[in-house]
Amino acid sequence: MPKITYIENNGTEHVVEAQAGASVMEAAVKNMVPGIDADCGGACACATCHVYVDPAWIEKTGKAQPMEESMLDFAYQPKENSRLSCQITVRAELDGLIVRLPEFQG
Amino acid sequence: MKEQAVIIGAGQAGAQGAQSLRAAGYNGAIVLIGAEKAAPYQRPPLSKAYLQGTMSADRLALKPDAFYVQNDITLRLGEQVTVIDRANARVETAAGAAIAYDRLLLATGAPPRRLHCPGTELSGVHYLRTAEDCEGLRPVLATARRLVIVGAGYIGLEVAASARKAGRAVTVLEAQSRVLARVAGPEISGFFDALHRLHGADLRLNAALSHLEGRGVVERAVLMSGETIDCDAVLIGVGAVPAAALAEAAGLVIDNGVSTDEHAATSDPAIFAAGDCASHPSTLYGRRMRLESVPNAIEQAKVAGANMAGGNAVYDSVPWFWSDQYDVKLQTAGVADGADSAVLRGDPASGRFSLWSLKAGRVLAVDAVNDPAAFLVSKKIIAAKTPVDAKTLADPAADLKSLAS
Repeated sequence: MPKITYIENNGTEHVVEAQAGASVMEAAVKNMVPGIDADCGGACACATCHVYVDPAWIEKTGKAQPMEESMLDFAYQPKENSRLSCQITVRAELDGLIVRLPEFQG
Repeated sequence: MKEQAVIIGAGQAGAQGAQSLRAAGYNGAIVLIGAEKAAPYQRPPLSKAYLQGTMSADRLALKPDAFYVQNDITLRLGEQVTVIDRANARVETAAGAAIAYDRLLLATGAPPRRLHCPGTELSGVHYLRTAEDCEGLRPVLATARRLVIVGAGYIGLEVAASARKAGRAVTVLEAQSRVLARVAGPEISGFFDALHRLHGADLRLNAALSHLEGRGVVERAVLMSGETIDCDAVLIGVGAVPAAALAEAAGLVIDNGVSTDEHAATSDPAIFAAGDCASHPSTLYGRRMRLESVPNAIEQAKVAGANMAGGNAVYDSVPWFWSDQYDVKLQTAGVADGADSAVLRGDPASGRFSLWSLKAGRVLAVDAVNDPAAFLVSKKIIAAKTPVDAKTLADPAADLKSLAS
């Protein structure tokens, strides 16, 4: 299973094995990574699963779609590499993916 | 003896309450009792991805099993609480167990309102609340010749969209003159009306159901007008009723569900309530309200959990809701009741617009169609009670963010 590393705002790292086909958000929730609230459960409705994708991985994860992009615009401290983790689907090519968590969600 | 908190209802609010109680430093035992056999799971996909079969059962769970172990939360699933015995501070279950509590959280939800007309007992007649209900409805999406849906609210329309996606013939009966009448403004209703017709759903407005007929299995729906619609499956989605019977029998104050104060406490200071079953005083809206939504369940349960651990948190979040139908996302912030005017921002024909409901220059609610920016800005505007100018709002060229400041 692809490994994903989540780095909390305080530097704590969580390496989890993620199921292909699930989202990066779901893998975090399943493994109790703190800092991803995902109130809407992955419907791209709440913007509480914001992550920063490590710049080396942006090409593989792809950029946000227009709906997601306008949600991110209102997230806490959005950056060029911001994504909603519910909109990134885990697949084999993402093995080794690194995402960082913002200080707050929403 | 160690303290014990008991939570009745293992849905979104129950699970969140347990989590927040523990996170607030509560070191007593936590017992989460659920009538269903499944550990807490997400209900929104039951009318969408899970119903359509594009989401597997293991993805429905709200928390991994390890969460309950790590947080020392005891799950008692498949157990029905029958009595809250306040005098002895314990609850009793149908199986005869008595479970003592120092703090109690009612998170019993709101099951579907039942119709009592003749024919609702027939096979092929469905309601939708639980995963089990959903699994019963799923074969309908694979084989039904015609599905009749009673009620054009969120549940009815989401299931209509799922059934049309699966290629089923669908007739939706709505007793009122527009779809989503209870939850959205007229322009939003018009948009979703057109959307469903475009996707081939047969929408009937001002069409009240008289009864259902069939020999063992439902065969037709009969309208008040006398018209009949042949069908082999029916879904009834006519709203929900707060599950407050336990609280009422225990003598707690009931007011459109279990009545709570702004701290999520009921009329008994040892008993709290959160989610669909509870009404709360909204400072923001200056009246008591009961909300049926995931965000309400989460936010109110956070407050209940914190306060059960001795905190003094206040619940006064901006209500919000969402619905997915076909490729359209509806997000609603606030509650529009009492609005004196409405402003349309953007052109519904473009598929992306928002409807702003105002009262005396203040935003009460916003329905946003495929427009998350409008939704997120409006949440901030509603929370801060920022005055807005209707003319600026209606101008799509005006920057939304500047409206919030």
